[in-house]
Amino acid sequence: MAVLEAVRLCKHFPARRGIFGGSNGTVRAVDDISFAIEPGQTLGIVGESGCGKTTTAKLVLGLEQPSGGSIRFDGRDLDDLDTAGRRHYRKSVQAVFQDPYASLNPRMRIAHIIAEPLVTNEKLSADDVRKRVRQLLDLVGLPEHAADLFPHEFSGGQRQRIAIARALALSPRLVVLDEPVSALDVSIRAQILNLLGDLQAELGLSYLFIAHDLAAVAHMSHSIVVMYLGKIVESGEARVLALAPKHPYTRALFSAALPIHPDEQQAETILKGEVPSPLNPPAGCHFHPRCPHAMPRCGVEEPALVNVSGSLVACHLFDAGMEFGKSMHAAM
Amino acid sequence: MSTSTELGVLPARLPARFSFIRARDFPLIPLLILGIIAFVAVFADVLAPYDPEIGSLSARFHPPFWQAKGHIDHLLGTDHLGRDVLSRLIFGARVSMVVGFTAVIFAGVVGTTLGIISGYLGGWVDQLIMRVTDAWLALPALTFAIFLAAIVGPSEMNIVIILALVYWTRYARIVRGEVLSLKEREFVRLAIVAGCSKMTIMRRHILPNVVNSAIVLASLMLGVVIVAEASLSFLGIGVPPPKPAWGVMLSDGKQGLMVGYWWLTVLPGCCIMLMVLSANLLGDWLRVKLDPQLRQL
Repeated sequence: MAVLEAVRLCKHFPARRGIFGGSNGTVRAVDDISFAIEPGQTLGIVGESGCGKTTTAKLVLGLEQPSGGSIRFDGRDLDDLDTAGRRHYRKSVQAVFQDPYASLNPRMRIAHIIAEPLVTNEKLSADDVRKRVRQLLDLVGLPEHAADLFPHEFSGGQRQRIAIARALALSPRLVVLDEPVSALDVSIRAQILNLLGDLQAELGLSYLFIAHDLAAVAHMSHSIVVMYLGKIVESGEARVLALAPKHPYTRALFSAALPIHPDEQQAETILKGEVPSPLNPPAGCHFHPRCPHAMPRCGVEEPALVNVSGSLVACHLFDAGMEFGKSMHAAM
Repeated sequence: MSTSTELGVLPARLPARFSFIRARDFPLIPLLILGIIAFVAVFADVLAPYDPEIGSLSARFHPPFWQAKGHIDHLLGTDHLGRDVLSRLIFGARVSMVVGFTAVIFAGVVGTTLGIISGYLGGWVDQLIMRVTDAWLALPALTFAIFLAAIVGPSEMNIVIILALVYWTRYARIVRGEVLSLKEREFVRLAIVAGCSKMTIMRRHILPNVVNSAIVLASLMLGVVIVAEASLSFLGIGVPPPKPAWGVMLSDGKQGLMVGYWWLTVLPGCCIMLMVLSANLLGDWLRVKLDPQLRQL
């Protein structure tokens, strides 16, 4: 059974304009998305900035309340949980955020930072807490004496290790990784990604991995969800999706990423235009104004997610009986 | 030299920590002046040659000792009741220090607390506190203080409360602004994810990060508060006579100015100026040192 499941999750923000704050429509930051995270596996969410990735993370972390749909943890709807259940959920889902310079309180010592979730949620003796902190530091590859230092005495990569140690303090089942390596030096990224991979294998963690770095997501994830303007355009197993993307948007995204080998030739799809305003998304398929394969139908009818050889794709090209979709698929 | 940079050896902390004293912008003189005033205030009983409140009518209007009719007994002369000016200045330092510091701290505690609550909780609490603050700031500070003083009557304790009541809004404003940016920081979000209560977050994550700004503001407010205290005392609704406050001395001496008794007003005036100037210079330095974001204040 999935650790966490999102069912038709929505988050709409009222858009305010002017001094009188009249509501002028809504921003559909997350619009009717569903996904499931299996135990010990990683679900990657990719998309451009503003596509709703971070809002999804906030919904999962309970930092925002969904305006529709539901989140299920261990098969139970979060809305139905009592206080104890909520508390259990809180402890089971932790997070690592993007900016390691903003995610550690500059006025607290490392030991205190790492122990905070523990001290807040469990009654432990000071000795046990100290022991656990030492163990966590060891787990993320930091020396023991780091516990007595302040955040400013560490580099970005080390800080991110501290953030990971803190996230693991309560032995969570799911860790939300919101762009965990985007703010880091390229040379450090691989270290942190490998650490996350090792920890997953060792502790059986599930990850919700959010990033715009496709290579990192493809490397880390078991399955991937591609979002565009609050909607899922394609989702499926990571390997299939990365090697044979189907939706024109996914294809454009992956063709923009660097090839694995420099000699490798890639057909490059360059998208025209900008991401439209989420306040006023285009009718029909949100992607159609930028899509190289747009048809008249795309501007009118919104495509549903359909199963195309194992992946879910929301594109009219792949609707049943469409010759083009088949031929395009074959061409790859 | 290079031996101390071996792996694992931390550089000696102490010299580094105190090296700022030698820095070019370190306000040594203001700090010295404030130090002397504080020292004098603490040891006023020992240092003052006479009782500041009892004079002898036979020794009225003695000029300072270096003037023609000056007496070595009264170094800085005597006032219209024959009280020793030096002793009164020394005890006046105590009044200024006590009123200045307690009022600044009072205002700081109230303003910072309300600023944190307002900024962090937001919503109607924020609206309420900020609208009160706005209304408060719209009143001219001194007029407002005079109004309050006229209601509660003059006493040292009342002055402290009045000044705290008048000046807390500045802290509230600035602290709230800081909190608004702090609460969007990731470590605050992570604290929520970790299950910390709002109270804990405000105390553990917000307060320590706004304390610097509050201290900077307090050092800048010190001068303002001292001048306000002197003004109220000058107007006769501050520290009640015969207690020797600098403002009271100014007020008492102002009639003598026309007949040449300059020392009754110039000397307390200089004391006020020196103290306020020092406090402001120190505040300016602290502001740059502790909180570069507040530079444009």
